[in-house]
Amino acid sequence: MNKTKLVIAGNGMVGHQFLQSLADQDQLAHFEITVFCEESRLAYDRVHLSAYFSGASEADLAMGNADLYRRWGLNVLINETVIAINRDAQSITTDKGQTLSYDKLVLATGSYPFVPPVPGHDRPQCLVYRTIDDLEAIAAAAKNATVGTVVGGGLLGLEAAKALTDLGLKTHVVEFAPRLMAVQLDDGGGALLRQKIEALDVSVHTEKNTQLIDDGEQCVHKMNFADGEVLETDLILFSAGIRPRDELARQSDLEVGERGGIVINNHCQTSDPSIYAIGECALWNQQIFGLVAPGNQMAKVAVSHLTGGSDTFTGADMSTKLKLMGVDVASIGDAHGRTPGARNYTFVDEREAVYKKLVVSEDGKLLLGAILVGEAENYGTLLQYMLNGIHLPEYPDTLILPNRGDDEQTGLGVAALPETAQICSCHDVSKADVRAALDSGCCSLADVKGSTKAATGCGGCSALLTDLVNHELEAMGIDVNRDLCEHFPYSRQDLYNIVRIEEIRSFDELLDKHGQGHGCEICRPAAGSILASCWNDYILTEQNVSLQDTNDTFMANMQKDGTYSVVPRVAGGEITADKLIVLGQVAKQYNLYSKITGGQRVDLFGARLEQLPEIWKILIEAGFETGHAYGKSLRTVKSCVGSTWCRFGVDDSAGLAIDLENRYKGLRAPHKIKFAVSGCTRECAEAQSKDIGIIATEKGWNLYVCGNGGMKPRHGDLFATDLDRDTLITYIDRILMFYIKTADRLQRTSVWMENMEGGLDYLRDVVINDSLSLGDELEQQMAQVVSTYQCEWKTTLENPEALKRFRHFVNSDAPDNNVVFVEERQQIRPATASEKSTLKAEPIKLVS
Amino acid sequence: MTTPNWTAVCNQTDLVADSGICALIQDTQVALFYIKKQQAVFAVSNHDPFSQANVLSRGLVGSKDDQLFVASPVYKQHFCLKTGRCLEDENTLIQAWPARIEKGQVEVLF
Repeated sequence: MNKTKLVIAGNGMVGHQFLQSLADQDQLAHFEITVFCEESRLAYDRVHLSAYFSGASEADLAMGNADLYRRWGLNVLINETVIAINRDAQSITTDKGQTLSYDKLVLATGSYPFVPPVPGHDRPQCLVYRTIDDLEAIAAAAKNATVGTVVGGGLLGLEAAKALTDLGLKTHVVEFAPRLMAVQLDDGGGALLRQKIEALDVSVHTEKNTQLIDDGEQCVHKMNFADGEVLETDLILFSAGIRPRDELARQSDLEVGERGGIVINNHCQTSDPSIYAIGECALWNQQIFGLVAPGNQMAKVAVSHLTGGSDTFTGADMSTKLKLMGVDVASIGDAHGRTPGARNYTFVDEREAVYKKLVVSEDGKLLLGAILVGEAENYGTLLQYMLNGIHLPEYPDTLILPNRGDDEQTGLGVAALPETAQICSCHDVSKADVRAALDSGCCSLADVKGSTKAATGCGGCSALLTDLVNHELEAMGIDVNRDLCEHFPYSRQDLYNIVRIEEIRSFDELLDKHGQGHGCEICRPAAGSILASCWNDYILTEQNVSLQDTNDTFMANMQKDGTYSVVPRVAGGEITADKLIVLGQVAKQYNLYSKITGGQRVDLFGARLEQLPEIWKILIEAGFETGHAYGKSLRTVKSCVGSTWCRFGVDDSAGLAIDLENRYKGLRAPHKIKFAVSGCTRECAEAQSKDIGIIATEKGWNLYVCGNGGMKPRHGDLFATDLDRDTLITYIDRILMFYIKTADRLQRTSVWMENMEGGLDYLRDVVINDSLSLGDELEQQMAQVVSTYQCEWKTTLENPEALKRFRHFVNSDAPDNNVVFVEERQQIRPATASEKSTLKAEPIKLVS
Repeated sequence: MTTPNWTAVCNQTDLVADSGICALIQDTQVALFYIKKQQAVFAVSNHDPFSQANVLSRGLVGSKDDQLFVASPVYKQHFCLKTGRCLEDENTLIQAWPARIEKGQVEVLF
């Protein structure tokens, strides 16, 4: 069979997507493919370009790679540009003089940044922001600069401004329009975005028309504006929009738009049916699409058409949601209310810096557009209303007003969605498609995903899809799947019982007998926790180590920069002066940031992986034990000082707290467990907000259960009153083991209680009246855990094999050079991205 | 572009079954994962593009359908061990290198 000669001009993100789609469709074999890549690098992620200055390397941004392309059988020519098309001969010519014939030609030439023709625009250090070469030029220029200015306050301009701040420059943004992001935002949204960005020390200048750039006095350049004002800067970045690169089309007389862009039809064909154009160089229905998602869509359509498929490009919704310099910004549909008769709702909170606007139709029934700045959580719901023409609630403002006090949902219930509602925009799956999949035999979320591909693209719709599938299954009278994950067709409770009854002691055995695949980050830690609850083996045995989250693996808490914090146990919050001094000495010796925790102990931050064993050696020699701050296990038993010292105390709360903490330390559970003991009803230890809370009375101890602070506070339920110490401990043993036996994965006791059929009365019946005849068994299981306690750090220090992993590199003693600290309030803290780039002088070294 | 070479980075015994370690190759941090069932080793960048921290070697490994992945220990995104593609975000890709075990040595085509 003769292969089709396919030439692709351009290897940007969309050019790469085109190749990826051919590979995904298994169509590579039908083509003899030549790709011309103008840059010295194969396709890379331009959307996240600014990450280059906050630590990402060239390798991290790379999309195409030579090895992959070689395996795909492509002939890829870098540093070579197509400069002419001879349509009659069906051939192209490159800047290196090569001529090559084609059967089909794909133009993916992208766009170039528009530089306004201001006198002085071509002075040195006047740059643009589009390629990695541009970034390298910017980084080089920034070394001798202190002030940088971006011309253009649109989406890309603000990204570029972030890059300049990351490089440590005092940054200005100059915008011709009266507000930032003029295309997507209105005056209110723009003003609020400006407020937030100025708070980050970026100066914003709007309504500024640059007329001349010449020599500055303090800086390299002086920008002269039409209103007579001037701005001095060392570096100028132009980001004033893009222009399609359509010169090949013009040279070969393909149809182009009046203001540029290669005209394409719904199959992405140009006016010559053998030539396709995709991405930012293409003009569809008089529109250029300057976002990557529509470009990717065009790439897929072109592949479909080339291979006999029937996909078409029919435009793209340009609604966007993004984080600009840490600020959430979203714009949906007709954000400016240009539709005749459009009406607005706005909500402004100047203190929290939140701006939200809804644009609705004249009759108030349909959502036409929206703007969200500062908080964009409702973007998905609003987009559904707009795209599907769903009728708005009676009071549409509830969609943007803050939800306070009650739990009433302002989101959109899945039942309200029409059959035509698009659930997954990546794969264009509607509610009707999901229902059809269920009707044709799918009976789980995974089946529906497999059959429709919904939620397998960006994943943004997975929560909505889960709700819809569960809702539909329930409506059909089918049990909702409670499988832990795709590897185990069991709930956590089932697996716990299996492990107990079959005395399974390793994950491999569990997976072999009852699961499939390789496990995942859901079932591995869940199994690790179950095995620990049942058998209490050392967590870093060869069998157990691959089940632990990084915190358990290194028995410390990972922080945002990859360093760890260290928390020794301080039972009941009681500590001797000598031990306090040791904590201080360790913190000083290793230069750790010290903070007192809410659980009455000390957290030492900023320890590098390789320092953990040395630190623990000192701590253990001083009599400390691991604090399990990293585990889904007992954390602390907080206490007040109690009757020993307090004038009001009625019992020894500190003494009981220490005993309880020592009894239950190391107990692993579905989630973390916190206790507190108060010595009188003044409740200074805040016991009623803990999983287990105990308050002294004149006649004994009152026991509260299933309280919680945190995100969703819950007042503990009074479980039993005036208990003696032994009964108290028996009840706690039974409650905790019953929780471990019956809770879902990562379910705190508060949620466990709320989901328990029969609630508090049922739990009392099981624990106090032993209604399930489980009492003895639960107590024995707890006794086994208590008697097999070991300090995991002590065990680890005695185990050279386990210690091998406590270094950053297997083949070097060097530390991670990306860990950088600066001083604040006399202690260390992680350096921000911009501080790092200044401190390290240049971005992380590139992979060539 | 220079031609990549098979570069020995550590002993097979340094690998941890169904888990990761990190190696330094020239100036690049490479996360190495050993999948016991397949007796196969995989190499991807150690840099997590979402948290900007060099920590992927400390993530949990697993599979989704037949695709092996590492889950970032920071914000839990999944990266395919073979291709480096992020399973949550098709526009995010980390570098992946071919890797093998040869005479007791772990080698990366670098």
